[in-house]
Amino acid sequence: MAKEVILLDFWPSMFGMRTRIALREKGVDFEYRDEDLRDKSPLLLQMNPVHKKIPVLIHNGKPVCESAIQVQYIDEVWSHKNPILPSDPYQKAQARFWVDYIDKKMYEAQRKVYASKGEEQETGKKEFIEILKTLESELGDKPYFGGDDFGYVDIGLIGFYTWFPGYEKFGNISIEAECPKLIAWAKRCMQRESVAKSLPDSEKVTEFMAMLRKKFGVE
Amino acid sequence: MASDEVKVIGAWASPFVMRPRIALNLKSVPYEFVQETFGAKSELLLKSNPVHKKIPVLIHADKPVCESNIIVEYVDETWSASGPSMLPSTPYDRAIARFWAAYIDEKWFPSLKSILKAEGEEEKKAVLAQVEEGNALLEKAFIDCSKGKPFFNGEHIGYLDIAFGCFLAWLRVTELAGGHKLIDEVKTPSLSKWAERFCNDPAVKPVMPETATLAEFAKKIFAKPTA
Repeated sequence: MAKEVILLDFWPSMFGMRTRIALREKGVDFEYRDEDLRDKSPLLLQMNPVHKKIPVLIHNGKPVCESAIQVQYIDEVWSHKNPILPSDPYQKAQARFWVDYIDKKMYEAQRKVYASKGEEQETGKKEFIEILKTLESELGDKPYFGGDDFGYVDIGLIGFYTWFPGYEKFGNISIEAECPKLIAWAKRCMQRESVAKSLPDSEKVTEFMAMLRKKFGVE
Repeated sequence: MASDEVKVIGAWASPFVMRPRIALNLKSVPYEFVQETFGAKSELLLKSNPVHKKIPVLIHADKPVCESNIIVEYVDETWSASGPSMLPSTPYDRAIARFWAAYIDEKWFPSLKSILKAEGEEEKKAVLAQVEEGNALLEKAFIDCSKGKPFFNGEHIGYLDIAFGCFLAWLRVTELAGGHKLIDEVKTPSLSKWAERFCNDPAVKPVMPETATLAEFAKKIFAKPTA
């Protein structure tokens, strides 16, 4: 019989990783299905007809789309343990702001770092480092973005960490040199079981990025 | 500033700024509306939203909250006792409301904006088709979400009504400029009735600009410099 929770995902997706982590934080048993994005399954197209994108969380047959929305949904449904969003409305608004910031800024910038060349890549690299520095500044000296506890913003950002070695290799940058506190934060998050289990091997992600570079014609 | 005073930094013509104002009105929360001058950002704005430097910003007890939809949820949660909930009661329905609000900001509004900026018949046709496709999706979403009630949120105006309804004045300006009806009784019958209810609501009326005034303003800001 089909599991109560199914996740349609794509293994290197930093967005899919958010939902995987959230489900594991809550101890939710789920069926993971990897999609071939060049040949999307009928289920994916049926469950996310508007965007046709992963991840899609299917709970008792009903789809929830958009990773940030999925994480909030998971936090609200399985509210018994490991709260992901803060309970204080102001802290909650701050957490939402930073995940929204990541969503608006990170994806385009990081794509330019490894999948473009020349002027476009140089601009992309500058933007990308700026964004990481802004996030590092927000983190400050706290162990996690929300303070003492692992939460929404950490989940929102950590998936990009598996792509860091690739950015460094193809963008010729050192993220550790630019943002040492952020690297320390990432290593701290990786100690968490839900994160370690949900993130793929960085080497595999870097190989995947190399393949994409060939596809985009920058290799 | 007194410990619980509320300010909204914004501009009368911005649909995004309308969102927190409607939310505050729905909760009967008094606030000071601090208007930005078009083309120049105030010290207060730059200090309160250093990351994006954009309006709206809500300042509550000296603490800023940024991003219009995030502000609406903040208002709903902070003044939860002062009015009906702006989000549906089940996690699933809340996820649906947030999904459509995100769709409106990421896909629908950009295509509406492109109509006003479109050059030539071909481009205009293409963008119009996009907007109409979006409207058809939102018409269906309204039927699904409202479940027979007057608003996306049910009995009372809520998060998704605000997220979409804030664009109605700009939508009317676009319709006038292009001579094309976008939301009407034929193409989008449910949305057409909802739009009227929304615009006439006492929480919305004071902050929704008159179509004529907005059309004048649009002419100014979209005016192409002569060669």
